Amino acid sequence: MSVTVKIPTQLRVATGGQAEVEVEGSNVGEALDAVFAAYGDLRERITQDGTLRRFVNVYVSGEDIRFQQGLETAISEGDEVTILPAVAGG
Amino acid sequence: MSVEGLKCKECGTKYEESAAYFCENCFGPLEVSYDHSGLDAAEVKRRIQAGSHGIWRYSDFLPVSGSPGDPLEPGLTPLVRADRLAELLGTDAELYVKNDAANPTHSFKDRVVAVAVAKAKELGFDTIACASTGNLANAVAARAAAEGLESYVLVPADLEEQKLLASDVYGTNLVGVRGNYDAVNRLCTELVDTQPWAFVNVNLRPYYAEGSKTLAFETVEQLGWELPDRVVAPIGSGSLFTKLGRGFQEWIDIGLVEGDQPAFHGAQADGCSPVATAFAAGHDVCKPQRPDTIAKSLAIGDPADGPYAIEHARKTGGNIESVSDDEIREGIKLLAEGTGIFTETAGGVTIAVLRKLAERGEFQAGEKVVAYITGEGLKTLDATRDTFSMHEIDPNLESFDSEFAAQEVSA
Repeated sequence: MSVTVKIPTQLRVATGGQAEVEVEGSNVGEALDAVFAAYGDLRERITQDGTLRRFVNVYVSGEDIRFQQGLETAISEGDEVTILPAVAGG
Repeated sequence: MSVEGLKCKECGTKYEESAAYFCENCFGPLEVSYDHSGLDAAEVKRRIQAGSHGIWRYSDFLPVSGSPGDPLEPGLTPLVRADRLAELLGTDAELYVKNDAANPTHSFKDRVVAVAVAKAKELGFDTIACASTGNLANAVAARAAAEGLESYVLVPADLEEQKLLASDVYGTNLVGVRGNYDAVNRLCTELVDTQPWAFVNVNLRPYYAEGSKTLAFETVEQLGWELPDRVVAPIGSGSLFTKLGRGFQEWIDIGLVEGDQPAFHGAQADGCSPVATAFAAGHDVCKPQRPDTIAKSLAIGDPADGPYAIEHARKTGGNIESVSDDEIREGIKLLAEGTGIFTETAGGVTIAVLRKLAERGEFQAGEKVVAYITGEGLKTLDATRDTFSMHEIDPNLESFDSEFAAQEVSA
């Protein structure tokens, strides 16, 4: 399954300036692992002990994965996975 | 004002002052850090007392000074001694209501916006924006109009009509998003990367949040330079709640006031209670919810400062409670009848929780308890529609007498 993972501006320093990364994976966890395989620096910024850090939000085509199956959330061809900081609002 | 820069609340990484809001290393929220070591308490107190009649009198503790003669300067709202309300609640505590509806656009949001926009101008922005449940949109639109700035306010499209009107009247770009507040928030977090705007509660959030500390400063000043024993405040994102705590702490630390942090009691609606739920379960993080409550200004299902609010309530021996929509309506009525203050649904939430705490006997006799009323009742008429009664009569004495005489007989 080929999906696009969108990287927030502040993290693009770790992706050589790339705003979007195309990866393969059948769920969110696999897609993120594929991103980390390409850009190792991102793993520690986004995850801690194998889970997402508490101020990281991940969306699949606009839907928060915490309302779905978390990192197990299935993705389909053409989906967009967005990583965003959770510190906005209020 | 002795700002050192920005600092990550999670890992402590330091950053220069800019429109940055989260840590590049761990995604934690950034906060303004100060060096208050050079401040002399007596001198600061004199400066405050000689200052403007609003939040800019606290410039020593804010990341900006504000412009002299600010036409929309918020703050110094009434702290009302609420003996009648205490009587209605059956408590011997010394009860106070901080009526922050008495700000230029009738909510506490004028405080945070004033600080964020002053900083945005300093950083060179000419367009300001926000993700809002309504009150913030009103404050941003009004401030933009007063300062001649361009503005975009993004809100859930199904918001109360009063809040939509009270934004658009100022000539802003009112954007109704088909989704809930959390969707609006997510969209704004993406827009930060594509628009050269100052989103007051996204990329300017570290500065914006500082504005809420002024509520704590005023409370201390208005209590005669004393700390309250307990505070009851609403929790949406948890930012106001945690910054109230930081405000008290900064003044305790530099010796402007003596004593300990008050016990912090947080108030949420049952229909959107991610923080109260996590508190009750003993968790440190909040599981997001899909909000369904009349308290739309608190309808944030994914509260950014939830973990910090929980931590502060625990540390101070307080708690976080939630109340039903009916209890919220009763809270609005109780405050109105007990103090003459008509609040919006968020205030109803606060008063309903205050009532719960009082009825449970959590307040000791003589304790100073402050409840924070953050918004105005006329902005949420939908929630109170059909809850009033009226005597309709003809314009003559007979009709008056028959209406009221009839009542007396039946009484």
